Parts: sequence; structure tokens; C-alpha cells
Amino acid sequence: MIPFDYRRATDAEAAVDLVHGHPGATFLGGGTNLVDRMKLGVSEPEMLVDVSRLPYDTVEPLPGGGVRIGSAVPNSDLAAHPLIREQYPVLSQALLAGASGQLRNLATTGGNLLQRTRCVYFQDVTTPCNKREPGSGCSARGGYTRQHAILGASQACVATHPSDMAVALAMLDATVQVQGPDGSRKIPVAELHRLPGDEPERDTVLGQADLITAVDLPELAMATRSTYRKVRDRASYAFALVSVAAALDVADGTVRQARIAFGGLAHKPWRAARAEETLRGAPATEEAFRAAAEAELAEATPLADNAFKVPMSRNTLVSVLRDLA
Amino acid sequence: MRVSPRNSPAFGTEAAAVETGGTSLAAVAPAETAPAEVAPERLGASRERLDGPAKVTGTAPYAYEHPVEEPAYLHPVQATIARGRVTSIDTGAAEAVPGVLAVLTHTNAPRLADTEDAELAVLQSDAVAFRGQFVAAVVAETPESARHAADLVRVGYGEQPHEVELGPEGGTPAARTDHGDLEAAMASAAVVLDRTYTTPMQHNNPMEPHTTIAQWTADGLTLHESTQGVYSVRSVVAPVFGLDPEQVQVFAPHVGGGFGSKGLPHAPLVLTALAAQRSGGRPVKFAVTRQQMFALTGHRTPTSQRIRLAADDRGRLSAIGHDALEHTARIKEFSEGSSTASGIMYAAPNRRITQRLVPRDVPVTSWMRAPGHCPGMHVLETAMDEMAQACGVDPVEFRIRNEPELDPLSGKPFSSRNLVACLREGARRFDWQRRDPAAGVRREGDWLVGTGVAASTYPTHVFPGSSARIRYEGGRYAVFIGAADLGTGAWTALAQIAAEALEVPFEVVDPHIGSTEFPTATVAGGSTGITSWGSAIVQAATSFRDQYGTQPPEGAEAEGATQPNPDAERFSMHAFGAQFAEVRVHADTGEIRVPRMLGVFAAGRIVNARTARSQLIGGMTMGLSMALHEHSVLDSRFGHVVNHDFAGYHIAAHADVDSIEAAWIDEHDPHVNPMGTKGIGEIGIVGAAAAVGNAAYHATGVRVRDLPLTPEKFLR
Repeated sequence: MIPFDYRRATDAEAAVDLVHGHPGATFLGGGTNLVDRMKLGVSEPEMLVDVSRLPYDTVEPLPGGGVRIGSAVPNSDLAAHPLIREQYPVLSQALLAGASGQLRNLATTGGNLLQRTRCVYFQDVTTPCNKREPGSGCSARGGYTRQHAILGASQACVATHPSDMAVALAMLDATVQVQGPDGSRKIPVAELHRLPGDEPERDTVLGQADLITAVDLPELAMATRSTYRKVRDRASYAFALVSVAAALDVADGTVRQARIAFGGLAHKPWRAARAEETLRGAPATEEAFRAAAEAELAEATPLADNAFKVPMSRNTLVSVLRDLA
Repeated sequence: MRVSPRNSPAFGTEAAAVETGGTSLAAVAPAETAPAEVAPERLGASRERLDGPAKVTGTAPYAYEHPVEEPAYLHPVQATIARGRVTSIDTGAAEAVPGVLAVLTHTNAPRLADTEDAELAVLQSDAVAFRGQFVAAVVAETPESARHAADLVRVGYGEQPHEVELGPEGGTPAARTDHGDLEAAMASAAVVLDRTYTTPMQHNNPMEPHTTIAQWTADGLTLHESTQGVYSVRSVVAPVFGLDPEQVQVFAPHVGGGFGSKGLPHAPLVLTALAAQRSGGRPVKFAVTRQQMFALTGHRTPTSQRIRLAADDRGRLSAIGHDALEHTARIKEFSEGSSTASGIMYAAPNRRITQRLVPRDVPVTSWMRAPGHCPGMHVLETAMDEMAQACGVDPVEFRIRNEPELDPLSGKPFSSRNLVACLREGARRFDWQRRDPAAGVRREGDWLVGTGVAASTYPTHVFPGSSARIRYEGGRYAVFIGAADLGTGAWTALAQIAAEALEVPFEVVDPHIGSTEFPTATVAGGSTGITSWGSAIVQAATSFRDQYGTQPPEGAEAEGATQPNPDAERFSMHAFGAQFAEVRVHADTGEIRVPRMLGVFAAGRIVNARTARSQLIGGMTMGLSMALHEHSVLDSRFGHVVNHDFAGYHIAAHADVDSIEAAWIDEHDPHVNPMGTKGIGEIGIVGAAAAVGNAAYHATGVRVRDLPLTPEKFLR
């Protein structure tokens, strides 16, 4: 941990200005991941700009339908909010499947999206890691890879994104509102996080001074019966081996629309477009669900310790769709 | 955690058939100082913890919290190679950090008087024997500046090839027992089993980290230490620093868990005391971080264990073979002794038990939660389940059928042995008789359901060398002994023992423990705390009543020490138990959950029903954790444990523990010690993991022979 400067921003523009002017500056939300990384020497910001007190702490219906979630809303408040529980149960379930009660009380909506991988080599400054130190090599390849990616990984990085909430948001086609040095813009959550490629140090498409101010959920009738299923080693307080966020619109035994995202399989929440396409118009049967899962996983590239993730994610998806149908 | 309530601490008519010699507590007249309405104490009562109010109000001082004047803070620098030498250290940037008082390296650290114990020879040479070893340390005004400066120390290494992995072969024999002819029995038996099982490297992770406050004064060294024994610290540390034992004062009134890892001093203590020689007399504080704990405070070796069993067609064992392979640090030999319990568990005329040790470039192995018996009984009891299946005999009945009359190794009688009573009582409570023996056939919704059983045992010892002092003042009895309470309830249990021995009410006894100001006490380890310290207290009480009778004068004082046990050579002394578990495995995902555990134990007299149950279900929870989760992943390329935090090294959390119940039979053993106690620190964990694994097999038909039982092992 290095000595650092601490500033508290009064509004979003001031926060962005503070960070924009300092290459070593970064935003501080709940701090549940960033402060850990600072202690470990994984992140060494010279200045923290605290945005946790900015007025983005409400969950409100949007005029044209849908819901706006302020980026400073704590995970526990969001999970318990009646609008979320009634209209987007998948999001409430995903939040409650993440971390612990104490962490959820502190962690914010914006911060949850921007938490970084828990790859053991990323978190250990004594081992090479391309994400932490570009060009130093990937220690996970040839090492302990039980938690690592089977989809969309690169030679440079096989890390997974740890968020549960982000998987639900990707499935729901949520968008993030971003305040940056050049004004505000919207980014779909499904496009917020990157695949590692040759730049695994970049988790998202955001710039250093881009601040997430809100997450917007679209109006989505089928989301009222959405669900989140997380498979993990412990009954609670463990990162996903595999997770599935899904919603299914079935009429007369035929799938009209499926929405599916996987967690624990890739560098980003994995929206399962192939599986969704396979299911469109298909009978709502176990065989069709299995075919959809296999279509999505056809290009999976397991590592030494995580070949199990292929059958586990297939079975989990089939099980979730069976329950939803 | 849902715990089934029990009002009665003891039950069980099955045990009535065993020897009921009662206890040999000193027979003294009732104390007239006792208020008439409060009866003299009898062991077995359910007593609230004396230290409970202080703990729940946050006023019980743990090692780091003792107020000291002007403390300085230490943060270490750890080796990033697993074997080799330090060739250069640049401390310039670290020394330039504001608030840094000293940077210690092997080139400038004070010399130790005795470096025979290589684990404790901290900063005494340039040699690196494992990754994570101390190579430097910073002492500073704040923990933050110490940590920052430590990150700035630049260390150069001459690296040598290292080896950390334990293979299936190799090693030097550490022990061997041969009775009869194992090979011949295997060749001629109706049913045989020959399987190899593994248990992974595991780490003790007490909630309170290993913590030291060290201060040098004109009188010597004062330590506030999180330890399982203040006198163990004194006796080990004094020669290392060239001091007389009396020059080392150690205080540990409250300890936040140890599980063996705080049984003996480790390198962090020595480093802190060294650093305190460079702090201008100021006390130096160091709390080991969670990550550092995976390299510096001991661990359990991984094991590879081969079990061979032979039986006739009625399920009577003719041979037991148990070969254990373990690793040990190259710099300090420690044998886990995984195959030991196979000597006494079951009758068989032919028996071979071996242990082999493989030196590796790993941190030191040490005591962890029932050393030896925990991994050894896990595999023996898994193999017994497999063998019962192969013989077509119910696994409870199979164990009963192979119950020995005498200790199979020594031929001595057991001082008491109630394994069969535990199995029968557990089976009754668990409704075992309705169990369908077929594996993989019960399904409730998406979950496959099964039940399993395993036996448990732990040896009963009294360590010699504890003393206690009792002083009468103001109508109350103060009891002094340098014992330790790791959160187990020793404060309370020792007061109960003293009250019973003095024949006074519990309420008039005030225990004083956790300090070298009080008489010598042995370590809280090997389930010997209560047996050893209690024996000394009973002796002191006897001496007190002998000298002063029932109406002692103000200030009356007497001491007593543990006495040699005339029965120790005549009997084989062990506690036993039976563990039962129900397991559910998700048919699609392989997730494994344990909705129900029951342990029934025969561990002599139980001192405090409330804290005993807590300790036993704690042990069972650790067994559950071992079964499902715990696995230190050693990366052979780097040589260190890479999942070195609680996100990576899973320990059972609340949601993993559902119904868990501990019970005991009313066992009276007059031979073990004056109280008739056997110690319950360890027996709760032994066999618990096997019961879970056996239940998982019963649920799924999948036999997992390599812990932990993670979901992928059940995935279809």
C-alpha cells in the first residue's frame, strides 16, 4: 500500500474533473474491492476521489417505463427494493447470491460493475500477470485454473469477471449512464466489459475519468419471472463456478423468446446469444434446452482444472430453463 | 447454524455396563464457607462462560489490544523464491519513508543465541528454505508506513531448483508396526480392499491472527502473545534469545482460536522480538496477515494413504494395512502420523502400519486440529465404509463386529472404550435402522440423498509439569495456573474443576490464567488442557484441604502439581465417538450440502455441558469444512499456496452448517486422571469428514477418494 490523497467529490462533474486531471487518481465507491487491492499492492492509486456520497442513491421508475438505479445505491438496498423484487427478481437474486451481508451493505451498484477479477495470480504481486502488469505473462496458464474462463479468453488472460449483479444486468439489457470529461453517454452493460484480447489490463470500455452515475433497466414483462442460479463450492459467500441469469417467454409449449447470461465463464458477463437464437421458436422441452446449451458451449476452451465447467454450465442452464418453462 | 437443543448433558443406558468406578476426587468435608442455598459444584453442569460478558462487550483484551506505551509496528518482507539465497538487499527506499524506525535484514539483525530450530532462526543467514520466509522487516510509527516501506525493500536472489509437490512414492520410513503377515492374509481372504486415498494440504485459520507485542526491559522480554501456552512460549523463546526462562514474561488471557497453530512459537514471534531490540525500548506490534498465515504459522501436510483390508465372508477383519505418505519441511522435521489410529481401532490378527516422510521446500508443517488422527481416520473410515459394502454388512454393524477386546497393538486393556455404545446410540438417534443400504437410489426433487457413518477416536493423555495455586481470601478461592483459553471455555471449566475439588459452589471460585505470573501450565494441545491443568488443580485442592481443612484462615494458600498416573502403563487410554451425516448432492450441478450431522462421543466425564457441546460441534464443523472445502493449492512452479485468503481457501460458513448435534454417553473412567476426563479438543473433528464422504457415496454411488468433495467430482 502506498500513501495516497483522499478527496470527496461534491458532484459528478467535479469528481470527473478531479480524476481527469490526475493519471494516478481513481474513484472510490464502497471500497470493498479497491481497498483490498490497495493493501495487496495490486492497485496503487495516488488519489482516491470518493463518489459514495454523490446523490445517486435512489431507485426510481423511469417516465417511459423501466427503472433507474443510482450508482451509489448499496447492493443490499437494491436487492431489497420492491420495484426490483417484483419486476426484476433475477437482479435481486443475483445481488443476494453475491458476497456477504456486510459487504453488500457497503458495495455500490457502480462499484459492483467495476470490481476486478479475483484470479489468484492477479491478486498476488509476486507472480506475473498480464492484467496487473501488461507483458509480464499469465501465471494462470499452467497454474491453478479452477475458477477461470472457458469462453472468450485469450492467450494473455483467462480471468473471469466476478460479479453476479452484472450477469443479471447483461441478461436484462440494462444500460449504464456514464459521466465523462466530454459529457454523458449511455453504454449497454453487455458492452461495458471487454474480452481480454491483447489488452487484459482493460476490464471495461470506460476511460480513467468515466464515472458511472446510474444503471437503467428497460421495461421488460418477461423479467417478472426471471431467475438467477449460482453454482458454487459453498452454500454462501463464494464466487460462482457457474451462474445463469435467465428469463423465458413461452406460449403454447413454444419458446417465443429466451434471455440468458452466464457468469463465471468469461472475462465478462456472457450473454448467450447462440443459445437464445437456438431457442427462438423451439419447443420448450429438455431436449431443446440441452441443444441450446450445447450450441452456446460448442466453442468452450477449458483449461487444466476447469473442464467441469462445460457440463456444469450446460446442466445448470437446462435446470434453470426447465424450472422457468 | 441451527443447533438441536439438549437439556440433559448425559444419557445412555448402554454405557451402564462399562466400568463405573466414579472419580477419585479428593474426599473432603463440605466447605462451611459455602452459602447454604448454593450446592457445591459437580462436574457436568451447564455453565455460562465466565469470560462471556467481556467478550461480547469487546472488553476482553486479545494480544494486539493490550494497551502499551508508544508502540511501533512491524511489517515483514517475504521471500519470493522457494529455495536459494539472498544475494542483495536494498533498504534505501524503505528507510527513507517517513516514520520508519528500522529495517532489519540478515545482515544487520541482532544475533540469536540459539539457532538450532531453523524455523526460529529468523534473519540469521542468507538462506531461503521456502517461499514466504522472512527476509527483512520494517519497524515504523504506523502499520501503514511499515507496510509501505516493506513493499519498497528490494531483494535479489540466487535461486536454486525447488521441489514442493508430494508424489505417490518416495520418502523415508518414519514409523512401522508389523503384526502377523499382512500379505498372506490379503492373499487368502474372502474379501479384500486395496485403495489409495489423498487428503490435501490444509491451513489452520483461527479468527484471531498470530499476534505479538514484544518489549524489552531491564528485566528481559515481555510478550503479549496469541498462544496456546504461555509457558511453551517462555521455554522455547528464552534459549533462542539467551535468556533465563524467568526473564521472559508472557501474557495471553484470551486467545481467538489456535487449532494447533499457536501451540508452539513460530517465526513471527521471534521476528517481532528481534525487531523490538531495535526500537529503542518501545514495544513492537505485529499481527500476521491472513495471506502471511499460509506461509508462516504451520500447516497440515497433504497425505497419500494406502489402506488394505481383508475380511472373511461374515465381515470379520483378518488384516489391516495402513501406509501413510506425508511431507515435511526440509528445515524442520514434523511427522503428522496419519496412520497411527489404525493401530487401535479394529481387531485383526494381521496388521502393518507405516509412515513415510518426504522432505520438501515448503514452510514448516505443524499441529493442526487432531494431527494424524484427522486425516488418518478419514481414510480408514472411508475404507471401512467401502469394505462394509463389499462384505454386504451394514456399516454400523461392520464396525461393531470388528470391535477389539484389548488394544490390538499393546495387548493392554482399554481404560474404557465405548465406541460400540456411541455407534448404537447414534444409530438410534439418527434412525439408522430404516436406512436403505443401496447407494444412489434416493431422490428428493433435484437432490440425491444419503446418509453415512464413521467412527472417531483420540488418545487420552495427561502432560506432566502443570502446577496450580489456590488462595483463600474474603470467602473466595482464587485459582492460579498459567493455562490458556482458546475460546474453548477453559476459564469456566477450570473454575468448575476447582469448585468440585474444594467442594464449594462454582460462584466462589475465581480463576486466573493466561500468564507466566501464575504457576506452570502445559500447552493447550493434544486434547490435554483440561486433563493436565485440571489434575494439577485437583492436587492443589487436596493439598489445600489437607493443610487447612474446611475453615481456612484468610490468605491460606496451597499448591499442587500433576502427579504420575499409576494406571498409565496398565491401560490403553482413548476417547471414542460415532459420527453420522446426511448429505444431499444436486443431480444436475454436483453441489453438495449437509443438512444434518450427529456426533455421539464417549470422552470420559464432561466438565461443562454447554461449552463441551460448543467445542464438539465446532470440531464437527471443522470436519465438515475439511470434507467439503479446505484445500491449500500449492503451485509447484512458484512453491507457495496461491489461494491464500478466505476468498480462495474456503472454510465452512454459516450457510453450510444446518442441523448439527453433539451428544455424549455417561462414561466413567477412573484410570485416566483424577477428574475422569478424556479431553474433547480434537475428537469432534475426527471421522466427521468420513461420515460426510460416506453419506455422499450413499447419495450418489460415487466414491470420492480425494478430498475435498467439490461439486465437479459428482457431476455427470
